[in-house]
Amino acid sequence: MNRRRLRAMIIKEAWQVVRDPSALLVAFVLPPILLFFFSYGVNLDVKNVALGLVLEGDGPHARDLAAAFAATPYLNVHPARHRAALEHRLINREIQVIAVIPEDFDAQMNDSHRAAQIQVLTDGSEPNSANFMAGYVQGTFNNWLQGLPASGMSEERLLLESRYWFNPELESRRVIVPGAIAIVMTIIGTLLTAMVIAREWERGTMEALMSTPASNGEIILSKLLPYFVLGILAVSFCTVLATTLFGLPLRGGVGVLLLVSAAFLVAALGQGMLISTLSPNQFVAAQIALTTGFLPTLLLSGFVFDIGSMPDVVQWITTIVPGRYFVSSLQTVFLAGDLWDALLPDILALLVLGLFLFTLTFFTTKRTLD
Amino acid sequence: MLGPLAHTVWKELLVVMRDPASRVMMVAMPLLQLLVFAFAASMEVRNVQVLVVNDDTGYWSREFIARVEAANFIDEVVELHSLDEVKHRIDRRDALLAMHFQADFSRDVVSTKPARVQLILDGRRANTAQVAEAYLQNIAGELQLELVTTETSATPPEVKVRNWFNPNLEYRWFIVPALITILAFLPALSISILSVARDRELGTLDQLVVSPVTPLQIILGKALPAVIAGMIATLLVLALAVYAFRVPFTGSISLLLLSQLIYVFSAAGLGLAVSASCDTQQQALIGMFVLSVPLFVTSGFVSPVANMPQVLQWVSEMNPLMHSMVIIQGCFLKAISFSEAWRNLWPMIATGMVTMSAASLVLRWRIH
Repeated sequence: MNRRRLRAMIIKEAWQVVRDPSALLVAFVLPPILLFFFSYGVNLDVKNVALGLVLEGDGPHARDLAAAFAATPYLNVHPARHRAALEHRLINREIQVIAVIPEDFDAQMNDSHRAAQIQVLTDGSEPNSANFMAGYVQGTFNNWLQGLPASGMSEERLLLESRYWFNPELESRRVIVPGAIAIVMTIIGTLLTAMVIAREWERGTMEALMSTPASNGEIILSKLLPYFVLGILAVSFCTVLATTLFGLPLRGGVGVLLLVSAAFLVAALGQGMLISTLSPNQFVAAQIALTTGFLPTLLLSGFVFDIGSMPDVVQWITTIVPGRYFVSSLQTVFLAGDLWDALLPDILALLVLGLFLFTLTFFTTKRTLD
Repeated sequence: MLGPLAHTVWKELLVVMRDPASRVMMVAMPLLQLLVFAFAASMEVRNVQVLVVNDDTGYWSREFIARVEAANFIDEVVELHSLDEVKHRIDRRDALLAMHFQADFSRDVVSTKPARVQLILDGRRANTAQVAEAYLQNIAGELQLELVTTETSATPPEVKVRNWFNPNLEYRWFIVPALITILAFLPALSISILSVARDRELGTLDQLVVSPVTPLQIILGKALPAVIAGMIATLLVLALAVYAFRVPFTGSISLLLLSQLIYVFSAAGLGLAVSASCDTQQQALIGMFVLSVPLFVTSGFVSPVANMPQVLQWVSEMNPLMHSMVIIQGCFLKAISFSEAWRNLWPMIATGMVTMSAASLVLRWRIH
C-alpha cells in the first residue's frame, strides 16, 4: 500500500460523500426521525383500553362491579345494555374488548355454591392485544372481588415481588431506542456502502479506477473510511439525543460505547462491501442490502421480537446478524454499564464476522473487465 | 395517449426485468422473507431459562417450582446456591429471570400470612420479561386459588374469555396475513423509488424528457413494474399463507386483490414522489428509509395503533400499510364486505392519486 496514494483516494472519496447533502441527512436527520418513531410508536405498554361494558343485570353487585370498571384509570368504559350494540364496534376495532356482567350476576354472588361469572369477548385477530385485554379485565374483576368483605378471596396469599434490574421504571422505550440506533447504523454501514462499488460498475467508472495503480485493498479502504467516520458521528449524535430527549441513562462509558459501535461498523461495512462487489448494479445491491441488512436488524436482532423464543433454525440465523450483537451491547452499555462479561463476547463476535466478510470481499473483488 | 404510454411501460418493464438477478429476486426474496419472519416475529415468549435460589426447605416452594418447570414456556429451571451466581448469569444475559424463595416461604403459606417470592428480571429485555412475569403471575394465581378454595370450600369466580375470529390466539394467524402487506410493500417501494433517480443519475432522464411523452406518462410507466412486483409478492405470500400456513381465509379473494392493487399503486406513488426529487440512487435509498420506517412503525405490525400517542395515530390514518393490513386481516379472519372495507380503501386511493400527481408535478418542475 502506498500511503500518499491512499491519502489522496480517501480525500477524494470523502469529498464525494460530503458533497452529497444526503450523507448529512443520514447522520443528522435520520436519527431523530427514527428514534422518535420507534420510541413512541413501538409501545407495548397498553394505556387507554376502550372497554365495552354490557350490564345485563341491575342488582347492587352488578352495578358496583360496573363502577369498579369505570373507576379503573387505564380503562375507558363504553357502557351498553345489550351486547349486540357493541359487537359491531369490536369488529371495527373501535373498542378493544367487551366485558359482559350477566343478568343473574347478583344471584350468583349471593349463592356460595355457584361461581360468580363474567364474560369477556376480545378481537382475536390481534392475538397479543387480546391476551393483554383479557388479563386487564380479569385483574380488575379480581381486585373488585378482593375488596369485598367475606368473599373468602380477600387475602393475598402468594405475592410475586418483581424487581427489574437495569430498568426499574420498566420503560419499553429504554429497550427500543438501542434498537433504533442499530437501525440507523445498519443503514449507514451496510445499506449505503452496498451502493458504493456497484455504483462504479453501473456508471462505468470502475474501468477508470482499475487502470490506476491502486490496489484492491486501497480501493476498498478509501471507500469505507468516510462511512466509518459518518457512522461514528451518527452514533455520537444518537447518544446525545437518547440521553437528552428520550431519557435514557448512559451507565457505561462513552469510550466503551464508541468501541462497541466501531466493532459493529467493521462487520456492517464488511457486509455492505461484500454485497457491493457481488452486485452488477445499484438496484440489485439495494434489494440484497434491504433483505440481508435492514430487515434482519429490524426483526432478528432481538429488540422487538425475543430471540430466545424463536425456533432453533431462526436462532441460528440470528448468529450471523451483526445487529443482534450490537443491540444487546447497546442495551448493556446504556442500561447496565460496562459489564465486560456481557460485552466481550459480543465485540468478539462482531470482529470475527467483520474479518470473515472482509476476507470474502477481498477475494471476490473483480480485477478484470470480462 | 395510449401509444406513448404503452411504450414507456414496456421500456420500464425491460429495465427491471432484463437482468436475471432482478428476476430471481422478485420471486425469491418474498418467499425467503416470509419463511424467516413468519417464524421469527412472535410476541409469545418461549424457551425461558429460570434461575432459582431456594432457601426454603418446605413443601410449597418445591410445589411452586415444579409447576413452573411444567409450564410450556419454560425451557429449564436451574437451581443455584447464591444470589451472586444469579447476578453473574443475568449480567451475561444467560438467563432472563430468577426466583428467590426465602427460608420462611412454606411456613408463611401454611400460616396464611402472605408468602413472598422475589422475582429478579433483566430490564434490558423488559418487554419479554414482562410477558414471562405475567405467565408466572398466572401460575401463582392458580396455586393461590387452589389454596383458598380447599380451605374454605367456596366456588372460585370465573372469567369466561372468548376470542372472536381466532379462538386459540394463534399468533401466526395475525403475522402471516400482515406479512402480505409488508412483503408487497418492499418491492413496490424499492423499485419505484430507485427508478427516476436511476435515470437522472445515468443521464437517461434527459432522453426521456425530449421524447414525446408527458411527465405523467413517464410516472405511470415507471409505476407499472413496481405494481407488478408488488402483486407477484402478494400472490406468492397469499398462496403460502393459505396452503402452507393454513391461516383460515373467510372473506372475498377479489376484495383482497382489489385492495392490494390499490395499495401497491399507492406505495409506488410514494416511491415515485420521493424518487422524482432525488439526484442519485443512493439518495433515493436514504429517502426510502426516511419514509419506510415511520410507515412500518405506525402500521400496527409491531405494536397496536391504539397504544400510540395521538400524533402517531393521525400518521397511521394516512398510512397505506395500516389500511392494507386491516383489510387483509379482515378478509382472512373476519369475512369483511366491500362496504366494511371502504373506510380503509378510500384513504389508499387518495394516497395513490396525491402521490402520483405530486411525482409528475415534481418531475415537470425539475425538468424546466
